[in-house]
Amino acid sequence: MAETATGSMARPDGLQGIVADWASDQRSFKNVPWGKAMMWIFLLSDTFIFSCFLLSYMTVRMSTTVPWPNPSEVFALHIGGQDIPLILIAIMTFVLISSSGTMAMAVRFGYAHDRKKSTILILLTAMFGATFVGMQAFEWTKLILEGVRPWGNPWGAPQFGSTFFMITGFHGTHVSIGVIFLLIVARKVWRGDYDTARRGFFTSRKGNYEIVETMGLYWHFVDLVWVFIFAFFYLW
Amino acid sequence: MAHVEGQQHPISVYLWVWFLLFVFSTFSYLVDYFHLVGMLRWSLIVLFMIIKAGFIVAIFMHMAWERLALIYAILVPPALVLVFVGLMTLESDYTHFLRTTFFG
Repeated sequence: MAETATGSMARPDGLQGIVADWASDQRSFKNVPWGKAMMWIFLLSDTFIFSCFLLSYMTVRMSTTVPWPNPSEVFALHIGGQDIPLILIAIMTFVLISSSGTMAMAVRFGYAHDRKKSTILILLTAMFGATFVGMQAFEWTKLILEGVRPWGNPWGAPQFGSTFFMITGFHGTHVSIGVIFLLIVARKVWRGDYDTARRGFFTSRKGNYEIVETMGLYWHFVDLVWVFIFAFFYLW
Repeated sequence: MAHVEGQQHPISVYLWVWFLLFVFSTFSYLVDYFHLVGMLRWSLIVLFMIIKAGFIVAIFMHMAWERLALIYAILVPPALVLVFVGLMTLESDYTHFLRTTFFG
């Protein structure tokens, strides 16, 4: 490991800790594997992308003189003879939160070297993720059949369609990519790659259970973004 | 401090956060279900959103147990997005004013 003087000396905490960590001519993020620090920085950049999407949505919604379609009615489902507002979106929210819960526990069991439980929980996470994408496909199909297009819709401001497809589409892509990577990590955990330090097929690097946590960071971020989309796009 | 591999916290912590996320999601859904409007609606939506985001970042993403150098490096830059929000609010108000004045 290319690191100097770790663990031997006491580190200051608080604001002094920030100055000491950044000024020490070593790596700045102590106690954190580089993969995890890099994932955090990637997520930071992804935060800016989603921020820009939500900001442009805010801008077009505030500046339009045409009434904005009421999301509560647009996303209502006709179940049992009555319209229930936003019910599909609510279920999607609960599914994604559940996937975050199983992922958090998969990370925990990974560090405990409990391969069986960790694998099952990662697979459960992937299953919830796939369910979410499936429901999103259903939602898109329904809206497209009702005449929503990126350039117009039957209920009001034409920007509704473009922002909806852009924001939920980008988020759904993130979920889909996450599901693929979850399956790869699940296979590696199941096979014991992180116990035997088997080299990865793509990077040729030896992995350990920190990779499960890094994967978890990405997955929780996807859930985090949905919290903001749910609040700003569907509830506002 | 004894060396512990990675982040190992009791399962009960995760189950509690999971449960609370369900509760707060239900609350924000109920805001829509009961057709609350105006400032009450927006403040409740934002409040529940911030609580949920806080739980996810702090507990699920283990930010609560990281060193301050990493916490600030990741959480301060997104806070600056609020400046961008302010700018675009001014901009869209101006666009709206022009549209109602000249195309209304």
